Amino acid sequence: MKIITAVIKPFKLDDVREALDRIGAHGMTVTEVKGYGRQKGHTEIYRGAEYVVNFVPKARLEVAVPDALAEAAVDAIRTAARTGTIGDGKIFVTPLERVVRIRTGEANDEAL
Amino acid sequence: MHPLISRAGLAAAALIAFSAPAFAGEANIDAADTAFMIAATALVLLMTLPGLALFYGGMVRRKNVLATMAQSVGATGVVSLLWFALGYSLAFRGDGALIGGFDRIALLGVGVESVSPFAKTIPEILFMAYQMTFAVITCALVGGAVADRMKFSAFLVFCALWLLIVYVPTAHWVWGGGFLARLGLIDFAGGTVVHLNAGVAGLVAALMVGARQGYGRENLAPFNLALAVIGVGLLWVGWFGFNGGSALSVGPRAAFAIVATHLSACTGALTWSAFEWASRRKPSVLGLISGAVAGLGAITPASGFVLPWEAVVIGALAGGVCYWACTALKQRLGYDDSLDVFGVHGVGGALGTLLTGVFATAALSAADGQAGVSGLLEGNPSQLLAQAIGVGVTILWCAVGTWVTLRIVDALVGLRVSADQEREGLDLALHGEAMGL
Repeated sequence: MKIITAVIKPFKLDDVREALDRIGAHGMTVTEVKGYGRQKGHTEIYRGAEYVVNFVPKARLEVAVPDALAEAAVDAIRTAARTGTIGDGKIFVTPLERVVRIRTGEANDEAL
Repeated sequence: MHPLISRAGLAAAALIAFSAPAFAGEANIDAADTAFMIAATALVLLMTLPGLALFYGGMVRRKNVLATMAQSVGATGVVSLLWFALGYSLAFRGDGALIGGFDRIALLGVGVESVSPFAKTIPEILFMAYQMTFAVITCALVGGAVADRMKFSAFLVFCALWLLIVYVPTAHWVWGGGFLARLGLIDFAGGTVVHLNAGVAGLVAALMVGARQGYGRENLAPFNLALAVIGVGLLWVGWFGFNGGSALSVGPRAAFAIVATHLSACTGALTWSAFEWASRRKPSVLGLISGAVAGLGAITPASGFVLPWEAVVIGALAGGVCYWACTALKQRLGYDDSLDVFGVHGVGGALGTLLTGVFATAALSAADGQAGVSGLLEGNPSQLLAQAIGVGVTILWCAVGTWVTLRIVDALVGLRVSADQEREGLDLALHGEAMGL
C-alpha cells in the first residue's frame, strides 16, 4: 500500500478529486497549507508598511491506495492538477505499513 | 459632639443644600431638540462601541484583537463613571478661566428641570451624557497608538488620569467657557478637544512606551480589514451624531454640519486613495477608510461653521496631508504609532482647526440677532490667529499632561507588557482568551 501526498493549487482540488474517483481511489484527507517552491510570494502594503509574504496558499491531500492503483493515482493527480504555470505543486509517494478501518476493524487492502 | 463631626455635618448639609436641583423658570426644554440629542448621544456611543473596537481590532494582529477591543470597552466604563463623578462638573460648570466648578459632583443637583447654560433647550443630564460620549471616545482613541504592547491595567489607569489632567481642562477651555473660548477659538465638535488631544497623546505614548517588537522587520499585517471597514462605517455614520449633535439643537445648523461631515469624509477617502493609487499602483481599502477618517477628523471643528464646498476642500486637504503624515513623515521620524492616531487624528484635527479659521462663514453661526463668526476668506484674519493659539495651547498642554500622566501610570503599574507577553499575544497573556481558529 502507498500513501500519496500531493500539494496542489487550491482551485484544482475538485478536478483532482473527480480524477481519483474515476480510477477507483475513493476517499482522501485535505488540509489547507502554505508553502513555496519556485513560486514567488507577494507583497502587501498597509499604510506605507510593506510586508513580503513568501508563503502561498496551497491544498494538501492525502490518499491511501493499494500498490496496484499507485501509478494510476499519481498520473490522475498530475493530469488533473497541472496548469503549466509555476506553483502547480508536487506529489510524494510513501510506503504505508498498515491501515485499519475504525468502524469495522477491517485491515489493509480491505480497508482501502 | 466632637468638633470634627459637627464640622463634617455642617459641610454635608451645605453640600446637599447647594446641590438642590434647579426648579422651573429657567428651563425652556424643547421636545424636538431633546429627541434629537438623545439620538445623537446614542450615535456617538456607537462610534466607540463597537465602531472603534472593530476599526482598531481589525487592524492589529490576531493575537491582540480581543485585548484591543477590551481597551474600548474598558475606556467606556472608566471614563463614563469618572465623567459622572467629577469630569462633567469640572468641565462645564462654573465660570473659571482655567477650570470649572464642583457643584455637579456625582451629578448631585441635576434635577428634572435642570438646564446647562451651554444647551438651554435640552435637559442638563442629556447635555452631560452627550459630552460623556465625547470624553469616552477621546480616551479610547489614544489606545491605538500603543496597540499590541500596553498593559490593560496601565491603559485603564491612564484613561482615568488623562481624562482629568488633559481632557477635562481642555474641554473647559474650549467649550466650558474657559480662556480659549474667550480668546475667540471656535471648535464645533472637537478638533482640539478630541482629535488633536488624542493624536498628541498617542504620539507621546508611542514614544514613551516604545516600538513593538519586530517593528520594521516582522510582518505586523492586520488581522482582518473587513472588521476595520465595518468599524469605519459605524464611525462615519456615528459622526452624524458627533458633528450634527454638536449643534445641540435640531435645525438647519445641524443639517449643515452633517452635510459638511459627510462630504469631507468622501473627499478625504478619495484623495488619500488617489495619492496611494499614484504612488503604489494599487488603491487599498485601508487607504480609503483611513482617508475617510482623516476627512472626518479634520471637518470636526469646522462642521458647523463652513459651507459644503468648503468641507469638500477641507476633506481633500486632510486626505492628502494625513496620507503624507502616515507614510513619509512617520517613516522618516521612525516612531511606532501603531494605528496612526497622531497621523490621522492629531494632524487632521490640527489641520481642521486651522482651516476653520480660514473658511468660517458667518451666516452659519449667526443666531438670535448676533452676527456669526467669519474666517480669513470673509475678511477676518484674526480668527486664524485664535485658531493657531488654540492649536498651540492644546498641543503644549496635552504633550506635557500626557507625559506626566504616563510617568504616574508607569510608577503605579508599569506601562508595557513583558517581552514574552508581547510575543505570546495580549489576548492570552493579559486576558486569558483566544480568538480560536
